[in-house]
Amino acid sequence: MHARKLVVLIVFVAFLLVPIYWLLNMSFKSNTEILGGLTLWPRDFTLDNYRVIFTDPAWYGGYLNSLYYVCLNTAISLSVALPAAYAFSRYRFLGDRHLFFWLLTNRMAPPAVFLLPFFQLYSSIGLFDTHIAVALAHCLFNVPLAVWILEGFMSGVPKEIDETAYIDGYSFPRFFLGIFLPLIRSGIGVTAFFCFMFSWVELLLARTLTSVDAKPIVSVMTRTVSASGIDWGVLAAAGVLTILPGMLVIWFVRNHVAKGFALGRV
Amino acid sequence: MNKVPNNHAWWLVLPVFALVAFSAILPMMTVVNYSVQDIFDPSTRFFVGADWYRQVLQDPRLHDSLLRQFVFSACVLAIEIPLGIAVALCMPTRGRWASLCLIVLAIPLLIPWNVVGTIWQIFGRADIGLLGWTLNAAGVSYNYASNTLDAWVTVLVMDVWHWTSLVALLCYSGLRAIPDVYYQAARIDRASNWAVFRYIQLPKLKSVLLIAVMLRFMDSFMIYTEPFVLTGGGPGNATTFLSQTLTKMAVGQFDLGPAAAFSLIYFLIILLVSWLFYTAMTHNDQTR
Repeated sequence: MHARKLVVLIVFVAFLLVPIYWLLNMSFKSNTEILGGLTLWPRDFTLDNYRVIFTDPAWYGGYLNSLYYVCLNTAISLSVALPAAYAFSRYRFLGDRHLFFWLLTNRMAPPAVFLLPFFQLYSSIGLFDTHIAVALAHCLFNVPLAVWILEGFMSGVPKEIDETAYIDGYSFPRFFLGIFLPLIRSGIGVTAFFCFMFSWVELLLARTLTSVDAKPIVSVMTRTVSASGIDWGVLAAAGVLTILPGMLVIWFVRNHVAKGFALGRV
Repeated sequence: MNKVPNNHAWWLVLPVFALVAFSAILPMMTVVNYSVQDIFDPSTRFFVGADWYRQVLQDPRLHDSLLRQFVFSACVLAIEIPLGIAVALCMPTRGRWASLCLIVLAIPLLIPWNVVGTIWQIFGRADIGLLGWTLNAAGVSYNYASNTLDAWVTVLVMDVWHWTSLVALLCYSGLRAIPDVYYQAARIDRASNWAVFRYIQLPKLKSVLLIAVMLRFMDSFMIYTEPFVLTGGGPGNATTFLSQTLTKMAVGQFDLGPAAAFSLIYFLIILLVSWLFYTAMTHNDQTR
């Protein structure tokens, strides 16, 4: 029984890792080697592909743009979602259930539906091709998500804490910032992680709302296709580099993520 | 938790409401606006009523991609949910290996969607990709760029690769929430492994699975980036799903009216299904 479990797990992990290994492998090869034949590891180990990315402003600018709007989005999502999640977890108010469902439907809305109107909306208010436009657009699915996850964490904090604090004479802002937020630290961490992740992986809206100044890395990657064919090595290297921030973030929140999943909220 | 009725709580929700209204209601109204008008240029426009809807509903492109979409989503659910449960059951329960497993499983979820497409594009190519090369060497003729079935299977496998981890992680945390007492009772009753799974684990996983099914259905229903990068919707229209048909219509051909009508129909389908899931979910919460 135990051996069988191990086999299933190993097969699945191998299935997950082999394509990634292939990408990594290719990113260290030169294009002649890639097109020359199949080699399981780089015969002629080279860092040239990475050098291309780190020396060309168009390339590394893409990473900076992406990181910029992703962080901006995480900050906006968290700061508006925190009070709202508190309201949902503590109070009953007019239309709360409908509001909650309405928020969730935005998480479910296909981005393709919003493509054109977003483009026109942001163009008409002069935000087209700015980082803030992408950050705001990503709020469409990240804010509902953040409210959902945070509400779960906040419901886990006993209500008596609020009441005691109010009796002790704490005002709402002081209580919220000084006592309540530290109590749900891990929840905030998990939420930030998911906001970061969903904003980082999204392409459709980010590509539509930017052209030059705020162009995200995911659309810079289409540059590798040129008249002379696809520059496979650089494409693979760029791919590897987009995986790294995610890995870094998950390393930081690895102990909390299981808890976030345990609430059944993603 | 018993909640206090307090309408002042609206003040706390207001920023979220304003923000989401700005990025959801305004664009949505624009879409509604387009869907009932024929627009030549900003000053010349006609009200056409439900004509676009009629046209779109009779459009074979919509029918085809809707059918493809449902088949695809059904396949995705049929493969990913059982596989995710199986993987979750096989994961170590505690210690260093458990957290390592969690991290490895989470990797595909953190890769930008177009890079997922790129990875499989590279991996599947017959000349430079490990998968394509191996399959062809093994005597299976495989080419996702020209063979319809191959393209379809590749997109499906790619989605399984990308998202099964999510189901597995959700189930894993659901399993961890089952108290040990249940297993002890089962051991005393000498329940078989199957019985433990069927009568203890599966019922306890119900709420988590509902969420997993909902998320996977929704996300597979709006899949765009991965097939776009991998196959560009081809060969022919074999992997053109709803989102892509819509983007082609709206951005490629600039058929604003039909595209807007299409958008609304698309959104209504999603809304209907998510409402069903939400009702089931809250009902589930109440009966527990």
